[in-house]
Amino acid sequence: MIKAILIFNNHGKPRLSKFYEHYTEDTEQQIIRETFHLVSKRDENICNFLEGGLLIGGSDNKLIYRHYATLYFVFCVDSSESELGILDLIQVLVETLDKCFENVCELDLIFHVDKVHNILAEMVMGGMVLETNMSEIITQVEAQGKMEKSEAGITGAPARAVSAVKNMNLPEMPKNINIGDISIKVPNLPSFK
Amino acid sequence: MALKIVKGSIDRMFDKNLQDLVRGIRNHKEDEAKYISTCIDEIKQELKQDNIAVKANAVCKLTYLQMLGYDVSWAAFNIVEVMSSSKFTYKRIGYLAASQCFHEGTDVIMLTTNQIRKDLSSPHQYDTGVALTGLSCFVTPDLARDLANDIMTLMSHTKPYIRKKAVLIMYKVFLKYPESLRPAFPRLKEKLEDPDPGVQSAAVNVICELARRNPKNYLSLAPLFFKLMTSSTNNWVLIKIIKLFGALTPLEPRLGKKLIEPLTNLIHSTSAMSLLYECVNTVIAVLISLSSGMPNHSASIQLCVQKLRILIEDSDQNLKYLGLLAMSKILKTHPKSVQSHKDLILQCLDDKDESIRLRALDLLYGMVSKKNLMEIVKKLMLHVDKAEGTTYRDELLTKIIDICSQSNYQYITNFEWYISILVELTRLEGTRHGHLIASQMLDVAIRVKAIRGFAVAQMATLLDNAHLLTGNTQRNGICEVLYAAAWICGEFSEHLEDPMQTLEAMLRPKVATLPGHIQAVYVQNAAKLFATVLRKHEGETDSHAAQETSQLLIDRLPLFVQSANLEVQERASCILQLVKYIQKLQQKKVEVAEEVTALFAGELNPVAPKAQKKVPVPEGLDLDAWINKPPSESESEDEKPKAVFAKEEPKHSRSRHTEVDEKELARRREARKREQANNPFYIKASPSSQKVYDAPGVEHIPVVQIDLSVPLKVPGMPMSDQYLKLEEERRQKEKAERKKEKKKKREKRGKERKADSGPESEEDIAPAHQVDIVTEEMPENALPSDDDDKDPNDPHKALDIDLDKYPTVHWFPVQKSSKHKKKKQKKEKEEKEKKKKKRHHHHHHHSNAGGEDSVQNGTVEEEEPLPPMSNYFLLAENSYIKMVYDIQGNHQDESKVVVSVIFENKSDSFLKSMEFNVLDSLNSKLQRPEGAGAHDSLTVPFQLPPGISNEAHFVFSVQSIVMPQKLKGTLTFIVKSDESSTHEKLDFKLHFTCTSYLITTPCYLYDAYAKLLESGDLKGSSLRLEGINMPFHHLLARICFHHHFSVVERIDSCASMYSRSIQGHHVCLLVKTSDQTVSIDAKCDEPSLLGNVLDEIKQTFSKC
Repeated sequence: MIKAILIFNNHGKPRLSKFYEHYTEDTEQQIIRETFHLVSKRDENICNFLEGGLLIGGSDNKLIYRHYATLYFVFCVDSSESELGILDLIQVLVETLDKCFENVCELDLIFHVDKVHNILAEMVMGGMVLETNMSEIITQVEAQGKMEKSEAGITGAPARAVSAVKNMNLPEMPKNINIGDISIKVPNLPSFK
Repeated sequence: MALKIVKGSIDRMFDKNLQDLVRGIRNHKEDEAKYISTCIDEIKQELKQDNIAVKANAVCKLTYLQMLGYDVSWAAFNIVEVMSSSKFTYKRIGYLAASQCFHEGTDVIMLTTNQIRKDLSSPHQYDTGVALTGLSCFVTPDLARDLANDIMTLMSHTKPYIRKKAVLIMYKVFLKYPESLRPAFPRLKEKLEDPDPGVQSAAVNVICELARRNPKNYLSLAPLFFKLMTSSTNNWVLIKIIKLFGALTPLEPRLGKKLIEPLTNLIHSTSAMSLLYECVNTVIAVLISLSSGMPNHSASIQLCVQKLRILIEDSDQNLKYLGLLAMSKILKTHPKSVQSHKDLILQCLDDKDESIRLRALDLLYGMVSKKNLMEIVKKLMLHVDKAEGTTYRDELLTKIIDICSQSNYQYITNFEWYISILVELTRLEGTRHGHLIASQMLDVAIRVKAIRGFAVAQMATLLDNAHLLTGNTQRNGICEVLYAAAWICGEFSEHLEDPMQTLEAMLRPKVATLPGHIQAVYVQNAAKLFATVLRKHEGETDSHAAQETSQLLIDRLPLFVQSANLEVQERASCILQLVKYIQKLQQKKVEVAEEVTALFAGELNPVAPKAQKKVPVPEGLDLDAWINKPPSESESEDEKPKAVFAKEEPKHSRSRHTEVDEKELARRREARKREQANNPFYIKASPSSQKVYDAPGVEHIPVVQIDLSVPLKVPGMPMSDQYLKLEEERRQKEKAERKKEKKKKREKRGKERKADSGPESEEDIAPAHQVDIVTEEMPENALPSDDDDKDPNDPHKALDIDLDKYPTVHWFPVQKSSKHKKKKQKKEKEEKEKKKKKRHHHHHHHSNAGGEDSVQNGTVEEEEPLPPMSNYFLLAENSYIKMVYDIQGNHQDESKVVVSVIFENKSDSFLKSMEFNVLDSLNSKLQRPEGAGAHDSLTVPFQLPPGISNEAHFVFSVQSIVMPQKLKGTLTFIVKSDESSTHEKLDFKLHFTCTSYLITTPCYLYDAYAKLLESGDLKGSSLRLEGINMPFHHLLARICFHHHFSVVERIDSCASMYSRSIQGHHVCLLVKTSDQTVSIDAKCDEPSLLGNVLDEIKQTFSKC
């Protein structure tokens, strides 16, 4: 079982948090902070497993993470998951995000956390891995995107226009943001078929 | 209409959307909290609007704020509203928000049942999908029970997308509602062979999770999984299956034998490291399970070790880590095959990655032998010096101690070396593990008699240099070793070369800065040393030295008498007086040494840590039974003293049997307890103080006198290395000697050497000292320990269901019911349906505290399960809405009752502006807000989306409660669909029964009840019911439940019951039954009330 999925940036700002067990908001923030603390002080080229299991649940749990440019993707899992399998799954997640957002970067996650949740929902459900096939995930995500668009229809148009204008009017937007492209490098582990 | 929508969306443009919110937060870095609080205010405004788009937008923003740590549970009801939107876009937003912040404690969850059921059966697959995804995050036992059937149906949906989600969510349903496992299992099994790989994978996933917790129930699936393993190409599925086999093989060794071959093939063929690794892991599990039975699997072990070596040597740190992890599993059963890779593992100790170093340390633990222990520990000591972080260094320290002390110091050949290692470890600054080192020192010194002389010398040096250890800070954990040092020097003082010097060191003023418990040991052991010094000087004619010692103590001890620590104070003043007395005797030239020594005479034997627990309970002794009546007040228990002192306690003589009556005993015990509680020095006696036996036969074991070729005293501190050198020399010398006397068998040696289970080569290494390790004491007839570590609260325990037992049962309990919880009451109504799915037309879920125990008071024994019951009666119903109601009174207000009405929207339209009105009578009036007219209607404080139900409460004032009454009323509401909105109305009649004025009042004291009956204030009446065909406890439960009574006492088929009206009338019933006839004799201070209640009871039973 996957106990939690956390995405945060190099400064520990949460970009997505998904807990498959209930915690209070305060505990959740504490878990995010502590996980960041554990993960961020690790060098780049050391192993991606951490036995910080006491954060969430018992000692059976492990943190498995990957660091892409400005973002950390952390999965907290118990012993029923294969460590390397989860690493591959993180890779699938990132590649899927890359496809869905077209060259994903931290900004996409910042402004569209709802979409990231929807993509994640097609991969992991209630803490169990639902789908590992990237093309299947993308098909389902896109089909739902289409439905959303068709529902918005004409009435959605004005809102979209205003939103576009708002974006244009705000020149500060790219400046103070630490944009990092998530470089997709397939590691030397063969992915799932 | 269209215009309205466009207008709405234009309004919307100027609301903040999620992106605006995020942007705003980023632009308000300085006053983020303030900005967010204004945003939350805006959101609150948006949520008040009717436009669902605005609401959805607001909920979407809340979901983001929840991630930032803001509590958004206050918007739970709005989330439910958004969830029930007919548009997929909004529905998804609602479900996402719910999945992020709903949990079992969220009370609006019970409102979602019908909405979720509706979404599950939606014709659009994505509606269903979104509902399943959301539900997987917030499913509660109630939801699981109510929706299990619907989800079961979805497992056979035509679309694989739905099937796989439905299969996966079943695991969550099983966890929350274990009863569903058995009926669902056949279908789940079927899905293992689903044509769609995604569904198959989901089914494998679920069964693997189930089997991991209770593997034995899934052994029968092994052939099916075996087939899957050889046919599937999906690595994810393969990994899961292989992991599952790893859990199954320990239970069925034959399975293991079969697995070896296909797994070996996979290891050779696969290119995916993840799969390879899991295969190796499972092969290891198989080998472990076979290790006893099968003779030769060395080929497989070799293959595994060889593959793992490749992983460990890989540059990828992840593979290295996992390789070490798996290696440690092999180590347990096949240590030899791992030991040959010692070089590689020692190399990993130098890795820059801490996780890898820790793993390597774990491995080393299992790899040591007599031969390499010193070498490995030397290497670790080097690492200790190099280590930067204290955590890693502390880890190293504990590992060194673990490695050396494992299996009763099996691998230590030279205890002098070990003591010096421990002494070297004391020089670590800021370690937390001082107590660990201390306990090792104590343990070794007590149990290895031959080493005591050496240990005492070392400890004396430590005490002398105590300032080095305590120099830094008070908190320094390392000063704990002084505790051990002082105790060892005191207890084994006969080995001390210069006890006077040590005594002096122990009484330095600086000692007063040590923690209290250490000072206490110092003081106590100073006394022991004093005894030794006295004895030493006794024979001499010059008594000057002895008197000087006494004077030293008399000078220094007052410092301790002033100590803030009570233990120190007590011991110091006690010993000070003793010394003063001795000094007097000395001045009179009386020989006292022998008597003083007698104070500390006797050997202390080590007691095994679990010894106390293992004392068997003598036959016929019930430890839980009270010997006397329990004292009314529980007194605070004294804390147990430290183990070391407990050992020193004199044994308690058995209490003599005296003929004292119980009261006297209780009084004495009470007095004693009080005394003990007030006496901080009182050390509680362990409940069964053990006799301290001399270890049987210890004296007879010949202890070889060591021919010391090694100089014992090595000046300068770091010396463990020298032992290593000397050890090597010694071994060589021994080898040479052995060559000389090859043929002569040395009898003596051979006799002493223990049978050695270690590798053959080790037999050549004779220990430097033949040591006698005293085994720890255990009580006679110690019970074999079975420490069951299983957590009784483990949710998976409930899933331990033998699925093969009744594989064909398809019965599935469906509870489409109404529950309403009011303080003590749980009411439920259940329809049992068999498989067929029916739309239910009952009221809705309100709340549930779980369990099926539907009777208040719990006075009814569980004989047969009770049929579920409900107190909600139909009020009125039409095609749009259905109302059910219940009336409850409370003791606080004798003229008010609360009518709870559940409104259920049965239509597909939105119901709003509901208004509730009742035509008041003289006796009963609806309570309206101040200022409202007597005929104004009350607005129902909510709207009802399609399929939703909700409950409203209306307060009525009543004057007389002796008669039942009916009130006419009307509900008006607006039905709003996409196209139109219409006004509708529904008439109803509220029936105030006399029962509804009764309140369940438990009457615990039968005496009071009897007195009430005897008082003569009550008037009687009676009732006979014929043809009642139900168990007596059901009958009682019904009366309790429907008529608000409680059982006072029940004897066989006769029960007395009690209730009270809101105006304080007592109602007592005596219910008797025989042969389908029930007679009820009733008494009440208001005859007409009683008559009506009896009529109502009669009615209740005529209905069934």
